[in-house]
Amino acid sequence: MTEQLAAKEISTTVSRRGVWTTVRRRPQFWISLAALILLLLIAAVPGQIAGFFGESDPRVCPLVESNQPPSAGHPFGTDIQGCDVMANVLHGTRTSLFIGLATTSVCLVVAVTLGTIAGYFGGLADRIIARLADVILGFPFLLGAIVVLNSVPERTPLILSLVLAFFAWPTLARLVRSSVRSVKEREFVQAAHAVGFSHARIILGHVLPNSLAPALAVATTMVGGVIVAEATLTFLGVGLTQPSISWGLQLSVAQGYFQTAIHTLIFPSILLTATVLSLIALGDALRDALDPKGRS
Amino acid sequence: MSRFLLRRVIELVIVFIGVTFIIYAAVFSLPGDPIASMGGDRPLPDNVVARLRAEYRLDEPLIMQYLHYLGGLLTFDLGTTYDGRSIADQLAARWPTTIALALTAWALELFIGVVLGLVAGLRYGTLTDRTILFVTVLATSIPVFVMGVSAQLIFGLELGWVPIAGTSEGWPQAYVLPALIVALYGLASASRLMRGSVVDTLRSDFVRTLVAKGMPSRQIVGVHVMRNSAAPVLTFLAIELGFLLGGTIVIEGIFNIHGVGGLLFDAIRTQQGPLVVGVATALILVFLVVNVLVDVLSSVLDPRIRHD
Repeated sequence: MTEQLAAKEISTTVSRRGVWTTVRRRPQFWISLAALILLLLIAAVPGQIAGFFGESDPRVCPLVESNQPPSAGHPFGTDIQGCDVMANVLHGTRTSLFIGLATTSVCLVVAVTLGTIAGYFGGLADRIIARLADVILGFPFLLGAIVVLNSVPERTPLILSLVLAFFAWPTLARLVRSSVRSVKEREFVQAAHAVGFSHARIILGHVLPNSLAPALAVATTMVGGVIVAEATLTFLGVGLTQPSISWGLQLSVAQGYFQTAIHTLIFPSILLTATVLSLIALGDALRDALDPKGRS
Repeated sequence: MSRFLLRRVIELVIVFIGVTFIIYAAVFSLPGDPIASMGGDRPLPDNVVARLRAEYRLDEPLIMQYLHYLGGLLTFDLGTTYDGRSIADQLAARWPTTIALALTAWALELFIGVVLGLVAGLRYGTLTDRTILFVTVLATSIPVFVMGVSAQLIFGLELGWVPIAGTSEGWPQAYVLPALIVALYGLASASRLMRGSVVDTLRSDFVRTLVAKGMPSRQIVGVHVMRNSAAPVLTFLAIELGFLLGGTIVIEGIFNIHGVGGLLFDAIRTQQGPLVVGVATALILVFLVVNVLVDVLSSVLDPRIRHD
């Protein structure tokens, strides 16, 4: 038994060190990371970057220039209202990344707290949290959000994030719970118990640092999923509303003119797809490195 | 087996109560007085207000209101639309369309997922493998409505291979393209599962034995590897079935398919609150029941599942 534990311990320390070595050699990791840094830069200063190519203000909309194809002043063309598509697409990056990151952060906080309580203490708390997660997972993701958002009086990016987080945390919580449960059994945690450390110190100092990695990898992919969910909900009409600037809103409008002004559909789609793809690719690279069998 | 069945049913009841309570709380207990707003600018007479409040049980405690709502759900009462028609009746006529679409999508997902996964698994680590992985993930990253509109433009309008929208041409012509798009979104997971499973099976002892005794590789792959690797994919796809029934909202909307998803799509667009909630609730409940059925069915096929 002890030998088994020891062997398990060695293999996990090796794999922990191995994550960076594995990930460092994969182009998928660097390409997606570079793309995300670029997108974060766009989200930070969308106006300046758009201004570099033409119109910087997404709300300057001369109606006479409605649905113009790409030209020198408007590299992505203009939409039905005459607004510069590029300025809108770049400003939309900020909204999408905000919703993706805010939702995932809330989920992570809830999932780490509940998952740790469930996994570390077990017993009644574990059972209650498990049932709670079951109930939330009883909603197919989009449908739950549709029902709640349908009756929310005002739909801002923050409210949308909270609603999405409400339906998204259980998957992460289950993941945290199972890693906490396996770490809890390891010898260094038992040693910490034997020395008489408090539960708080053991959890924060020993259990959590060793059980967060899988959840973080999945959370990276989740940011992408949340961004798609926001765009889909907005497209359906239960997501963001004017005056928010979002890819979902732009695409929803663009769908009506896709035969006459396809550029208003193409450019937001490209940015949306690129963002989601880099998040999924980054999460994948991290997960593959954590679990070299790469089965999931 | 009966213990497992009982446990699953108890779980279903708990989840059912939890889910319906969340829906109820989200929809019906928000601030605001619906009766007052029914009158528009002029206040309603007191006796009308009293009658309406009694009709909708607004003066009873929240828990009684919820129980009444639950009782309605159990008798398939999903409420009425603004023009007074029963939502359940409207749904009944639309289920066949959605089920046809979901099953077509499911079959396509199964077939393409297994084939891609098999090819990727047999060519593990090569360019073919990586291309399959990348393309399936890329497809997942494109929002479903962008994919839908583009496919309409290319295959419906430019090439004219399939009808642009509507189901008047019947199955399969009118269903293939929307079903294919729905299927694309499960391919990344399905083909990966199959790939991992193929790689594992290829390394197993019995395959080595088959190679050693000189069985042609076509037969090893076609019969033995296929059959042994497909099990986890089937389990995954069984669970997918529940998602597919609710996952066709956007596609039915774009392709103007008058199924349950299309009804929800129209209800949202025309801001018919009660209809949105009724249809979404129906889809969620179907999802729950399908999941339990799938669970029970797969435990019959693979008894190990019962002891998870």
